Amino acid sequence: MAKSRAKVKPKSKAKPAPEGGKLSKEFKVGLLRRMMEIRAFEDKVFELLARNVLQGASHVYAGQEAVAVGACSAIGKRDYITSTHRGHGHCLAMGADLKLMMAELCGKATGYCKGRGGSMHIADVSSRNLGATGIVGGNIPVGTGAALAVQMQKTGGVVLCFFGDGASNEGVFHESLNMAGKWKLPVVYICENNLYGMSVALERACAVADIAARASAYAMPGACVDGQRVLEVRDAVLEAIERARKGDGPTLIEAKTYRYRGHSRSDPRVYRTKEEEAYWHERDPITLFKEDLLRDGTLTPKAFEKLQAEVDKALADAEKFAIEESPWPDPAEVMDDVYAGWVEGERGLVRTETKG
Amino acid sequence: MPVIMYREAVRDALAEEMRRDERVFVMGEDVAIYGGAYSATQGLYEEFGEARVRDTAISEAVIAGAATGAAMCGMRPVAEIMYVDFMTLAMDQFVNQAGKNRYMFGGKTTVPMVLRTEGGAGRCIAAHHSQSLEAWFVHAPGVFVVMPSTPYDAKGLLKTCIRDDNPILFIEHKMLYNTKGEVPTEEYLIPLGEAAVRREGKDVTIVSYSRMALRAEEAGKALAEEGIEAEVIDLRCLRPLDMDRVLESVKKTGRLVLASEAYKNANFVCEIIARVQEHAFDDLDAPIERVCAADCPVPMSPVLEDEAIPRADKIVAAAKRTLGKA
Repeated sequence: MAKSRAKVKPKSKAKPAPEGGKLSKEFKVGLLRRMMEIRAFEDKVFELLARNVLQGASHVYAGQEAVAVGACSAIGKRDYITSTHRGHGHCLAMGADLKLMMAELCGKATGYCKGRGGSMHIADVSSRNLGATGIVGGNIPVGTGAALAVQMQKTGGVVLCFFGDGASNEGVFHESLNMAGKWKLPVVYICENNLYGMSVALERACAVADIAARASAYAMPGACVDGQRVLEVRDAVLEAIERARKGDGPTLIEAKTYRYRGHSRSDPRVYRTKEEEAYWHERDPITLFKEDLLRDGTLTPKAFEKLQAEVDKALADAEKFAIEESPWPDPAEVMDDVYAGWVEGERGLVRTETKG
Repeated sequence: MPVIMYREAVRDALAEEMRRDERVFVMGEDVAIYGGAYSATQGLYEEFGEARVRDTAISEAVIAGAATGAAMCGMRPVAEIMYVDFMTLAMDQFVNQAGKNRYMFGGKTTVPMVLRTEGGAGRCIAAHHSQSLEAWFVHAPGVFVVMPSTPYDAKGLLKTCIRDDNPILFIEHKMLYNTKGEVPTEEYLIPLGEAAVRREGKDVTIVSYSRMALRAEEAGKALAEEGIEAEVIDLRCLRPLDMDRVLESVKKTGRLVLASEAYKNANFVCEIIARVQEHAFDDLDAPIERVCAADCPVPMSPVLEDEAIPRADKIVAAAKRTLGKA
């Protein structure tokens, strides 16, 4: 059991929010709302999976909302993210539409990926989300390459590359951070340490206690932040982005967080204790931020109730859209989009366009 | 027409495309100052500088993966994996990320990248540096596989690959880099998915690609001396595949021999055999023959290597078997 690990307090040395006091009321309520939408979305996904309305596998993000929302709130229109198999939160934090996301998870034609990717491969390329991946660590090189592109294009853009604690033990993590460190690529590696790679506690699998410590091997700063505090994540990412935009290269941020659900729907969570789960529920990222906003007068209890009602309504609309209103993909389109500019003909691929 | 080497043809294709399109860049192990393990990137670093000709660490996975990410963000990378045997280290990035992202993201992204690599036996460097692994990649939907056998094809196909919007594995052959051939000075492109007929004939069709295509031509000459007219086809691309050209020829000759330098078991040519029986079963007058590498790891000793890898005489013998002249 990873009980001792559960009590590890993030060793954050994050300074007071550089702009904490300056954020508008609307902005802060917007952050809370996005976190609430992710939670509601994930709770709904879990329910639909349990009822077998939803097919396939979904790895839900509930408990980790502050990481995606805090980090993605720090970037702009010239920036990219890469996501993971637990990627719904990243997608929503980048502004994805609940309806189109739910439709994608349901495998419907109206989904972001026309039902081809589903939960584990969701991407909203138009919002500069370069997508989730079913391979643990699979997008760390891709995010690194995206950073190489923006560096070569001199757009001033940065890339947020999300991955989990488990991925930091994959070889691609080390190859990528080495390349980014050497070439000073504008990328922020955000490790969401939720303490388990499926069932194996990090302390049983990983030679170091803090993944952020691995940054020192690749000539970049590494920082642990409290992944349950949305503004703390945001501030750490802002600092890393500033560094990246100045040409000073990458940063590794380790956000200590927790996934409330099992790895997937079939996971009975025998590898962790109720006490550990209770500890993390007490540090719920939405509750913590909501209390902050109530305390500083940004939010009233009544306004929160209204917000919750709006989120619930948006989720109900998304569910209705995905399940009742959206068509299945046309089976005749199963071979579409395998290649760019080529389609499968009777005896092989044929070109669909002539290029100059 | 000027005569140049295969490796110069590759280099010229890269240089021309880099001059034409500033999104094109080269990265890989030893590609810059050293000019490539097989000298196929010589002079590029001097002309284009270190931003566009990048020596990387020995990190095949991130070479392939960074090319993928850069391609998705508007660049047109040409990354080099020194030996196709090292593609094992880059497999996930190329096959699972580069090859599948477009489809899995609903057609909303493109991954215009080329992974240049080289394969094949002939240098007595054994099975970690001598294999022909193309079948692994043709099996994976979403990626193209191109394997030129002449300087002319190497240049024209590589230029086309760099302009295509799909992830492409461009497999050169280590024993071809110093071979020479005519290459025009004016610009030309060779469309993907078009086989070349190297020799016309009516008696038997021999289909091959890469270095084996040259041995197939040798076999065709030897057969002609015995009065057998073989039609020799060089596929040039394994995907997209010019099945029409193969079927047309088989319908004419009724006999088919396939020659490949890859291991026999589940060789790419098995796919051609399946397609021929789907589309031209009634045209066959004899069982199809395949001439492939022995199903043992490519050995080092020159004697063993020569035994394991198909020679022209083995192709000749197979062709004769289809004609009942064994």
